Amino acid sequence: MRKTEIAVIGGGPAGLMAALAAAEMGAEVTLVDKNNNLGGQLVKQTHMFFGSEKEHASTRGIDIGKLLAKEAQNHSKIKIMNNSEVIGYYPDDGVIGIEVEEEKFVKLKADKIIIATGASEKFLPFVNNDLPGIYGAGAVQTLMNEHGVVPGNNVLMVGAGNIGLIVSYQLMQAGVNVKAIIDAAPKIGGYLVHASKVARLGVPILTSYSVKAAYPNQITKALERASIWKVDQNWQPIPGTEKVLKVDVLCISVGLSPLAELLWQAGCNMKYVPQLGGHVPTRTNDLETSVTGIYVAGDVAGVEEASSAMIEGRLAGLNAAKSLGYDNGTYEEKHQEALNQLHDLRSGPVGEKIREGISQLVS
Amino acid sequence: MLLQNGIPTTEDLETRIPPKERLAKGPVVMIECFQEIPCNPCNTACKQGAIQEFKDINDKPEIDYDNCTGCGLCVSKCPGLAIFIIDETYSDKEATVSLPYEFLPLPKEGQEVDLLDRGGNKVSQGKVVKIRNGKYEDRTPVITVAVPKELSMVVRNIRVGGDGK
Repeated sequence: MRKTEIAVIGGGPAGLMAALAAAEMGAEVTLVDKNNNLGGQLVKQTHMFFGSEKEHASTRGIDIGKLLAKEAQNHSKIKIMNNSEVIGYYPDDGVIGIEVEEEKFVKLKADKIIIATGASEKFLPFVNNDLPGIYGAGAVQTLMNEHGVVPGNNVLMVGAGNIGLIVSYQLMQAGVNVKAIIDAAPKIGGYLVHASKVARLGVPILTSYSVKAAYPNQITKALERASIWKVDQNWQPIPGTEKVLKVDVLCISVGLSPLAELLWQAGCNMKYVPQLGGHVPTRTNDLETSVTGIYVAGDVAGVEEASSAMIEGRLAGLNAAKSLGYDNGTYEEKHQEALNQLHDLRSGPVGEKIREGISQLVS
Repeated sequence: MLLQNGIPTTEDLETRIPPKERLAKGPVVMIECFQEIPCNPCNTACKQGAIQEFKDINDKPEIDYDNCTGCGLCVSKCPGLAIFIIDETYSDKEATVSLPYEFLPLPKEGQEVDLLDRGGNKVSQGKVVKIRNGKYEDRTPVITVAVPKELSMVVRNIRVGGDGK
């Protein structure tokens, strides 16, 4: 059995920042990630980030990921286990079970655990939603931005949140035609600057529209057409408003849910909070869950943005290290700074939902 | 409507168009940012004291137009690609619009391109006057294009290799 002071599960923006912050305080950290490359979803974010200079604003997500990964790799206090998927947590003896390289089972025991496993995409029920050509937005990003493969020629994007808008823009950059972006909500959910960016490319955004059905090509059996229809204020479709679009790709981007399995296994007190994407753990302001010694950060603690995930990561890392007695003399200052940054990012109108959600969780 | 289709209305734009007198003096910034989001790199990028410091990071940018020199250093730093430089003094009949353009192929200086409005519709054709695509722009090239003067508040995108329709 391997031992470590702090285990960080997940090497995305939150996990990387958590590992770096804890190591900076002096703790010895093991960072476990199932992918080959660290960075989580950052590896496919080709757009510039928002926020302030402290959160790497104006830098592309992919560059932030590389920057943080390099820092973690070069840090003497951080041991990285990549290609390593945590498949279980055993609360009785506090052991983390890890499958390494899909062949070895390794047991890891940690004094403190920071869970930063992120979120997974929600799906949408409609007729024929399993046809080849129907993707989650994350899969389209992986194909295009990691592997350089376009998913098809003509796309219907479902969901006008930030991810739907950003992936539409990236599809257009890759030379793929986005026929329309639809959203069942009466207004655009993502940042309006992202919406204006795709509007300038001539991509129509249709609010109060939902997918009715997808239709296969008779020979290939892959997606050939999709029909959409208007929905009323109660989200009910209005017959007679159908439009048919000739598309070979339908990309679904209707939100994320926290990947909270390990928190359930650990016996953390969980609560269903729609504003945060699903079941999320109750926690202190310092991101410790109801189980002493288990911290959370990033989307698993509530679906939000990468900028706040990074700061949550830092906060969790600082606190986990401090609870083991580590402080390089800057804990107080850094701890307060992280709390201030989170407050600022969430204080505006677009942070309202997040504030409402978190207020239900913090004890 | 901006909230429904991403296209700002005339009323939205009125809050963001620089004063007439300032436009008559030469290149000046126009920031098409209509929503309070947590973001302030435009202020960080501005070395002229034109884009004011944010009291709250969620504020929309405020501009002291007298301090703006139209240098354009903010254009490639806006994560929302919402900043444009307008020069209505370019020539008798033409203005220039400088805009962020993250598409390939890039046009060449002197090349004729389609001029598009905020909905991506072609409204005219114009010549690319200048391209800034250095280390500073960091893969968000800034294209300056000559446009008919009456379209200085209309043209916000270009299309390279258009069909000339």
